[in-house]
Amino acid sequence: MAATQVVRSEWTKIRSVASTVWTLGLAAVVTVALGVLISWFSKNEFDKLSDNEKLSFDPTFISFAGMSLGQLALIVFGVLVVSNEYSTGMIRTSLAAVPQRGTFLFSKMAVATCLAFAVGLITSFVAFFLGQSVLGVHKASIGDSGVLRAVIGGGLYMTLIAVFSMGVATMLRSPMLSLGILMPFFFLISAILGNVSATKKFGQFLPDQAGSKIMQVVTPVDDDVPYGPWGGLGIMVLWVLVAVVGGYVLLKRRDA
Amino acid sequence: MIELEGLTKRYGEKMAVNHLTFTVRPGIVTGFLGPNGAGKSTTMRMMLGLDRPTAGDVRIDGQHYDRLKDPLRYIGALLDAKAMHGGRSAFNHLLCLAQSNGIPRGRVDEVLDTVGLTSVARKKAKGFSLGMGQRLGIAGALLGDPRILMFDEPVNGLDPEGIHWIRNLMKSLAAQGRTVFVSSHLMSEMALTADHLVVIGQGRLLADTSMADFIRQNSRSYVRLRSPQRERLLDVLHGAGVTAVEAGGGTLEVDGSKSEYLGELAAEHGIVLHELSPQQASLEEAFMQLTAESVEYHAHSGTVDDPGADGAPGAPGAPGAWGTGPAEGASRPPGPPQSPPPPPGSSSWGSDWKKG
Repeated sequence: MAATQVVRSEWTKIRSVASTVWTLGLAAVVTVALGVLISWFSKNEFDKLSDNEKLSFDPTFISFAGMSLGQLALIVFGVLVVSNEYSTGMIRTSLAAVPQRGTFLFSKMAVATCLAFAVGLITSFVAFFLGQSVLGVHKASIGDSGVLRAVIGGGLYMTLIAVFSMGVATMLRSPMLSLGILMPFFFLISAILGNVSATKKFGQFLPDQAGSKIMQVVTPVDDDVPYGPWGGLGIMVLWVLVAVVGGYVLLKRRDA
Repeated sequence: MIELEGLTKRYGEKMAVNHLTFTVRPGIVTGFLGPNGAGKSTTMRMMLGLDRPTAGDVRIDGQHYDRLKDPLRYIGALLDAKAMHGGRSAFNHLLCLAQSNGIPRGRVDEVLDTVGLTSVARKKAKGFSLGMGQRLGIAGALLGDPRILMFDEPVNGLDPEGIHWIRNLMKSLAAQGRTVFVSSHLMSEMALTADHLVVIGQGRLLADTSMADFIRQNSRSYVRLRSPQRERLLDVLHGAGVTAVEAGGGTLEVDGSKSEYLGELAAEHGIVLHELSPQQASLEEAFMQLTAESVEYHAHSGTVDDPGADGAPGAPGAPGAWGTGPAEGASRPPGPPQSPPPPPGSSSWGSDWKKG
């Protein structure tokens, strides 16, 4: 069983269902549109900020503000890519065609990851440039120190969110269960844990909190986060690896 | 060729498949028969490496399924018509299967044509009727031009024309020297298509025999009698050493005697007969007798004895399993030697069927 055959097959699968287009499309549109909107508000509110807040003002990070919502569409993308197989019964046909379950899972994930990265990177660049154009005099330039890293990092962040969701969906199989856990986790729980001082120490190690550090260019004043941009992304990668390995082990052991 | 050796699958306490050993040979259609819940689908899933056996082994042409390179070229399977993504077109569904096994794209159009779905090839599968879904599943099985084909309940949901089509398809595939393994819970369907028969009940092998042998061994013949002087007739029959069974509706059934003899016996004693007819039990009935003790979901609950559950047809029924006649208390005779008797709990199940 050549892996290239399976990759080609998975590409056919992913491009031939409507959910791919609308989840990735929604992720891009929401991220860019919300980023532009928040950039515009930030520009208008800039003069009202305190001195400390002005020092921490991070135009790059602000243009990525839409990702908090856009990532939800990527979660749906990641979950559906995997759990569609289970909810439709296609998994039995798929595994009969490709009984090497590792080849099957990693080919599927490779195709979906590449697609998510392409969309994530384009989205990240568009969100950055549109956001900066709205920010006017407060804007950052792509040539500034750390900015290019943050913009590419935005694409990586979106990709990793999708891969994490694929891993979780492989473990849980059901789309409803996967979304029911991932959506509130990323939209509410993580934000709450990260902002309440009692749980902040723990919350900052959650995948999205740690991973989004890569999109930061200006470190906030009296920031006590114990990792840098790449360290944060590394923490997120660890979470993703745990989810993917967990999914692989369960897929390997379970009856289809 | 598919070889099963002691194949076993246990879900917790429940033995879904219990030590199955048989071989599916090329060039013929092998019917895989059993009541609902007998373990047919579980067995087929294990053949395809989807479920892991608790014990035992199954090999496809001598190899384990997951060791096959491009398995669709060895064995094509239709498991259920729903095993596909409804949002994908028929063409793309087959294309992704073909690509995963290095099957050329042109083959997709060929199999779509074979099953008659060319005109809806670009339509999404969720708009398909059950019969169309079944045809698409069969197209997927044929895709790799495999030597072995496996169909799980293929006629489900097909219209008469579709059923006719799939029967001929299976026969022609076998005639080409391929191995064809098809499951069903309908004996009548198998009688029309299968050359060889594997019968299971509650996961256990009940029969592994040629269709011709099965028919010969299981076609019970008996004589049906009806008389207004029933009590006298019973006495006379008893006196002549003939045992009759109450069959409901005032009729009596006699196994193993010729109708001529019974007619002459009645005439000798001046008994009026309203009916004297030789009967042949259907294969469906034989199948139900064979599997009666292993039917998982009875319409009526009742204590189910286990008269030689692993007895192949041909094993004499255990006498202890015989119940007493329902109305007059006439004891039932030892049945035809070739078919195991139904246990008491299932007799009503069988007679329900006869009325229907």
